[in-house]
Amino acid sequence: MAKILFYITLILYGAATLMYLYWLLRTTITTGNIARKVLLSGFIVHILAILHRFSTANHLQITNMHDSLSFFGLALVGIYLVVEHRYKVTSLGSFVTPAAFLAMLGSSALATELHPLDPVLQNAWVYSHTMLAFSSYALFTISGGTAVMYLIQSHLLKIKYPGHMFQKLPSLEKLDDISHRCLNFGFPMLTVAIITGALVATSTWGSYWSWDPKQTWSLITWLAYAALLHGRLAMGWRGKRAALLSLAGIILLLFSFVGVNLWFPGLHAFK
Amino acid sequence: MNIIVVGLSHKTATVDIREMVAFSPNDIGKPLSALVALEGIAEGVIVSTCNRVEIYTTTRDIAGGLERVRRFFADWHQLPYDQVEPYLYSYHGEEAIRHVFRVASSLDSMIVGEPQILGQIKTSYGYAAELKSSGIILNRLLHKAFSVAKRVRTETAIASSAVSVSFAAVERAKKIFDSLTDKTVLLIGAGEMCELAARHFQANGVKNVMVANRTFERAERLAEMFGGTAIRFDALFDHLHKADIILTSTGAPRFIITPKDLDEVIYRRRNKPMFFIDIAVPRDIDPEVNNLDAVYLYDMDDLQQVVSANLENRKLEAEKAELIIAEEIGQFFNWLATLEVTPTIVAMRKQFDELRQIELARTMSSWKDAPVDAELRLEALTNAMMNKILHTPTAVLKEAGKHQGNRTELYLDTLRTLFNLRH
Repeated sequence: MAKILFYITLILYGAATLMYLYWLLRTTITTGNIARKVLLSGFIVHILAILHRFSTANHLQITNMHDSLSFFGLALVGIYLVVEHRYKVTSLGSFVTPAAFLAMLGSSALATELHPLDPVLQNAWVYSHTMLAFSSYALFTISGGTAVMYLIQSHLLKIKYPGHMFQKLPSLEKLDDISHRCLNFGFPMLTVAIITGALVATSTWGSYWSWDPKQTWSLITWLAYAALLHGRLAMGWRGKRAALLSLAGIILLLFSFVGVNLWFPGLHAFK
Repeated sequence: MNIIVVGLSHKTATVDIREMVAFSPNDIGKPLSALVALEGIAEGVIVSTCNRVEIYTTTRDIAGGLERVRRFFADWHQLPYDQVEPYLYSYHGEEAIRHVFRVASSLDSMIVGEPQILGQIKTSYGYAAELKSSGIILNRLLHKAFSVAKRVRTETAIASSAVSVSFAAVERAKKIFDSLTDKTVLLIGAGEMCELAARHFQANGVKNVMVANRTFERAERLAEMFGGTAIRFDALFDHLHKADIILTSTGAPRFIITPKDLDEVIYRRRNKPMFFIDIAVPRDIDPEVNNLDAVYLYDMDDLQQVVSANLENRKLEAEKAELIIAEEIGQFFNWLATLEVTPTIVAMRKQFDELRQIELARTMSSWKDAPVDAELRLEALTNAMMNKILHTPTAVLKEAGKHQGNRTELYLDTLRTLFNLRH
């Protein structure tokens, strides 16, 4: 059952991705609205899929890369839907839904078998640690999406190219604003995720920090985003520079999220 | 009944010809009643704008109707027919419907996609509806034209891009800044183009305007006009950082703003974007500033290119609009075709059915030892016979209606006479 729901989600996200891209590249007005509805239905099915999966295990557990990517997709789509509603930026969907779809596609290719979770890890601290970490990843991804849009729109304005896409993308000021706000929410979340992680580590492994690759790379990512936010506040970094840094942040994030699990064994690595 | 359109427009006639045959909206009642009083003309709507003068009517007799409406253009304005005739175009049937839909959707306009024409047709139709010179067919035609125009507007990007230099500048500004209300426009120099652009920015929400001019009095005068502040030309770089949108049109022989001048300005603005619009020839701003991260520069040539590209784009969108129109014509045409034949078909069926019922009742009342299911069976039999008999005439009539020929009229007359149908 959970499997069927998972595949329905995958198909709906795929369809929404195609529609958002079609909407961006062609002069059509209605496709954007349909894409949003498709994505929203995918999101609802996705929640059901996850609820169903974890109700069989009786606790919220993310013990493998399959669930990890799926959970990331859920957070990304959920937060995106809120941002689109708040800022009325359909074009953002053309940059965010492909990421959600790819995460789900990756998830579908991985083993789905549930691993028993050590009972010491079944507590509210671990739950909030994972929730916050995934939400911050999703917010950073959206910030990265707006950064790409900013660079495209700025380029189109510079070369004075009057294409369709220019009309579909929002103003530079708005893109910069969304990107900034996502960082403003995402950064404290990542901070708290790292702190709760350290607290959990103290109680389970006896040491709050053990230079596990995940911890190290998360710290590097955290420092990069801290630098970006500091630059924005203190030095007025915005626009193109901020967009490029946000993209650099995404690459670090991708590495600490996926790369570390693939290449480094450690406490966060999935068996 | 046939729809016919006769008229002339910017495509066929020069403005002096259009003026001669224009109808004044203040006095549209007289020509409208004269129009529908013409022999064979049932309904009429007159559309008269500075770019076109057109008459929409319905008639049974296409050739005669066209001839009379064409002559009406000359006769009403007391002009010799020869003088007007070469400029007139006329359409009937499907082409007439297409023409009305295209005009309302602004596909036939001088600037394709401009929105005024729809309002003008609505007003013209308003007069005709008020004076009851339009009836069931033209009412439906015009309402359909309005909804087609709306579809074209929402389903294509035909009117979404700017086709004047000032609008193009505002459109670009809106892609740099989210809202213009909290932005400041700085005018450097003076000139008609520059003032016009500034007005467009004000109309789009800009509240703060600063004016710099070599002659300070001139700057003060302009500033007063825009409700803004005047600044001295020598102090330009002390104020530049406050401006988000800068319009320049000085007569300076050299660049007055270069990338080097902007280093300090950008720093003081904390990298907030700036939009320069250089309308001067020779140019006032070094084109190199466009390479700075936070600076976007458009000169007159750029804006003109934007406009011509947008016009080109409108042509592409117009093709999509033609498809929408083609789809809607089909629907309207089917309605028009059945409009005439439907009442006769209904009357014919009604009469046959009444006769059937009477005969059936008579048979049953005199049939003493009828089996229990006799009435049901006879009912089914007579019904089937009636439907079989009426099937071919109904189909032929509907088909004839679609082709709008004189034959429809002949068939309808014959049927009504032969079966003594009351209409």
